[in-house]
Amino acid sequence: MASLREYLAAQENKSFLRFLTCGSVDDGKSTLIGRLLYDTKLLFDDQLATLEKDSKQHGTTGGDIDFALLVDGLEAEREQGITIDVAYRFFTTDKRKFIVADTPGHEQYTRNMATGASNSDLAVILIDARKGVLIQTRRHAYICSLLGIRHIVLAVNKIDLMDYRQDVFDAIVAEFTKFAEPLGFQSLVSIPMSARFGDNVIAASANTPWYDGPALLAHLESVDVDTAVTDGPFRMPVQWVNRPNLDFRGFSGTIVSGRIKPGDKIAVAGSGRTSTVARIVTQGGDLEAAAAGEAVTLMLADEVDISRGDVLSADKARPEVSDQFAAHLIWMAEEELLPGRGYILKLATAQVPAQITALKHKIDVNRLEQYAAKTLHLNEIGYVNVSLSQPIAFDPYAQNRDMGGFILIDRFTNATVGAGMIDFGLRRATNVHWQALDVNKQARAAQKHQKPAVLWFTGLSGSGKSTIANIVERQLHAQGRHTYILDGDNVRHGLNRDLGFTEADRVENIRRVAEIAKLFTDAGLIVLVSFISPFKSERRMARELMGEGEFVEVFVDTPLEVCIARDVKGLYAKAQAGAIKNFTGIDSPYERPETPELTLKTVASDPALEAERVLAFLREHGYVA
Amino acid sequence: MREVAASFDNPVMLYSIGKDSSVMLHLALKAFYPSLPPFPLLHVDTTWKFREMIAFRDATVARLGLKLIVHINQDGVARGINPFDSGSALHTQVMKTEGLKQALDHYGFDAAFGGARRDEEKSRAKERIFSFRTASHAWDPKNQRPELWRVYNTRVNKGESIRVFPLSNWTELDIWQYIMAENIPIVPLYFAKKRPVVARDGTLIMVDDDRMKLRPGEAIEEKLVRFRTLGCYPLTGAIESDADTLEAIVSEMLTARTSERQGRLIDSDEKASMEKKKKEGYF
Repeated sequence: MASLREYLAAQENKSFLRFLTCGSVDDGKSTLIGRLLYDTKLLFDDQLATLEKDSKQHGTTGGDIDFALLVDGLEAEREQGITIDVAYRFFTTDKRKFIVADTPGHEQYTRNMATGASNSDLAVILIDARKGVLIQTRRHAYICSLLGIRHIVLAVNKIDLMDYRQDVFDAIVAEFTKFAEPLGFQSLVSIPMSARFGDNVIAASANTPWYDGPALLAHLESVDVDTAVTDGPFRMPVQWVNRPNLDFRGFSGTIVSGRIKPGDKIAVAGSGRTSTVARIVTQGGDLEAAAAGEAVTLMLADEVDISRGDVLSADKARPEVSDQFAAHLIWMAEEELLPGRGYILKLATAQVPAQITALKHKIDVNRLEQYAAKTLHLNEIGYVNVSLSQPIAFDPYAQNRDMGGFILIDRFTNATVGAGMIDFGLRRATNVHWQALDVNKQARAAQKHQKPAVLWFTGLSGSGKSTIANIVERQLHAQGRHTYILDGDNVRHGLNRDLGFTEADRVENIRRVAEIAKLFTDAGLIVLVSFISPFKSERRMARELMGEGEFVEVFVDTPLEVCIARDVKGLYAKAQAGAIKNFTGIDSPYERPETPELTLKTVASDPALEAERVLAFLREHGYVA
Repeated sequence: MREVAASFDNPVMLYSIGKDSSVMLHLALKAFYPSLPPFPLLHVDTTWKFREMIAFRDATVARLGLKLIVHINQDGVARGINPFDSGSALHTQVMKTEGLKQALDHYGFDAAFGGARRDEEKSRAKERIFSFRTASHAWDPKNQRPELWRVYNTRVNKGESIRVFPLSNWTELDIWQYIMAENIPIVPLYFAKKRPVVARDGTLIMVDDDRMKLRPGEAIEEKLVRFRTLGCYPLTGAIESDADTLEAIVSEMLTARTSERQGRLIDSDEKASMEKKKKEGYF
């Protein structure tokens, strides 16, 4: 069995080509594929028998074998004689394995053609020699170019019906070449062909002695479509966090570009955190390297917060991260596109709410011209700006299909309504200092595993505000929380040294402190403000400055007599002696809070116990886990 | 597969015990390693499977430590549905298609993996990898979600589900080559052995137990046979073959002149039969 082993080894090393066939109705796509399957001996006896039987019943070839029936799978198609959906076919020659996407010709099925094109490296565009270049030929060529297909075969089919004339062929090729020039195809090979009779499909035909190019199959076997994704920078969208037990934490995904090996430095696009690849884990044992196309599980050297939707990338060549970009969009739903409406966008493994903020123009695919539009209908193509509710990592589609191609999903029906190809990010410097632009309060707080909050301690001088606030902060700090204390006395030494104790100055004092507290919550911190803050209106002003649920008013309710009796700083004595003017409780009023989130009593209690009540409140309300 | 595990609440893998299921299960073990696949296996048992298939199923699950759900359509059993008297069409409809729907509804699975391949049958060639089903399990071939690049739309509303076909782009030869390359265990029925068979309706049916009644003029013969595809034993034709190793099977395949589903009696019931069955909810 050595020869079989050799044969199988050869099979595994065969290169692989995915291509699609497209063309107008009745150009003979299905016939061509049937012919390829037939001539490469991929048909089994029972399939042939069915085919012969069906050809007599439905065939359009007058009793001869009708190859199209072989591939037109669905009942409705058989009856109408047109291909409705994308059908995938497989065949193999000694040199290559092929997957063919047979795509519809009808205009209303353009979305299916785009589907077939999205996974293909080459397109065979059929033209009926009798009809020449049609509107749909142009449409198909444009969609191919838009979806990144760089290699085109122009199959001028049914040349038998034009008596195998060279001038017919040359005229069609000239017209198409002129049209296709701005589309930037890497290779364009034109072949005169008769799918029905097999001319120039598998072997050169004696009927076209004037044609000296390759037959279709020979070209498909030899064309070099290597897209070199393995040479690109490393990208792996994380599909799934692999956590079988507490000792193992791996990140599973398919590498969509580049290579990776243990020791390589990687960055998490999004958070910008970096780490080093420790192991490449597979069931067959750890790998020493992996490249684009492989599904692997990576273990990193550091504990980094990574979840599904993140992209692991080369540290030195990171993808763009932005919440706005410009893209081409193919609309695929009956219901028209509405700029401003909310959709779900899925790109690689990331899924985020999105909206089209601007429809820059619609593209007339027949003339490759642009014109203004307010909406896109089914099968129309536009150029749009997309805005996301949170930034994601991507690359331009031209560089990487997997990192630049996205779908839009309707929020209610869950249907796939559009497919887009990112042109470029809309914020400058996204590559360099994107953190400065895109990290918001939620991101900062999430990174700290806490909800930002302002704990506003109010109460008389000497009531115990600072003492309790200090204990609370110590405890939070010990738990790894990120905090800051704004203390009335300390702030008055610096920022507010220009302010006195008049009512106007007290208001300004509180305003400044509230603004600072707001900045700190924006930084994701839990801020403890320890201020007498005697007036209701200023406390309300501070509350309204903060986001919903961020302001926690803590009333330290210690009776004046107790404070006077404690008089830790000797201030009451001075005030009572008239040495300090406008002292709260003595010659300036204290307005008690009416509905504070917390009221603490310090008489007959211990500051530590009261601090614990504050901490319990934070836990119960989800500020800290 | 990871995409499904990460996106759905309650996925399941349809396990039919055939070679495609074996390959699919093997891929799942690889995809989630070192974790075990985070979903159970579901076998819709028609009660007419080969005994060797059931033994293989139980041994495989035990060896890998996986969770297996076996579902039998008790309603069908009560009605006495069987492939001999009820006909293959009704039997398949009730025991397989209905049974599958019952199980999916009962356990509330929102995604189900199947081992179908696009090269098997014409309507399969047009099926998506992530194929959407309505709450009543129906497939609408004219209203399939476009599937671009490797971006799969995994969103469903409550009650709706998705059938997922990870082997869509594999051919029969790919399956055998992969089984050989990765040493994947398969049911011994795929290998040639002397087995008791009866020639009926142009195929060889193996007499797997005494529920099979002989028709007048039929006789049980011992023949060296194997199976290219496995299903209910009264509906699955054997082929005469001496291929008793993987190498021999692949060699035989390379020179084969009939497609694998030919041994399946259910496909030839009526034209476009697979497409019809799928619209009704057959896998």
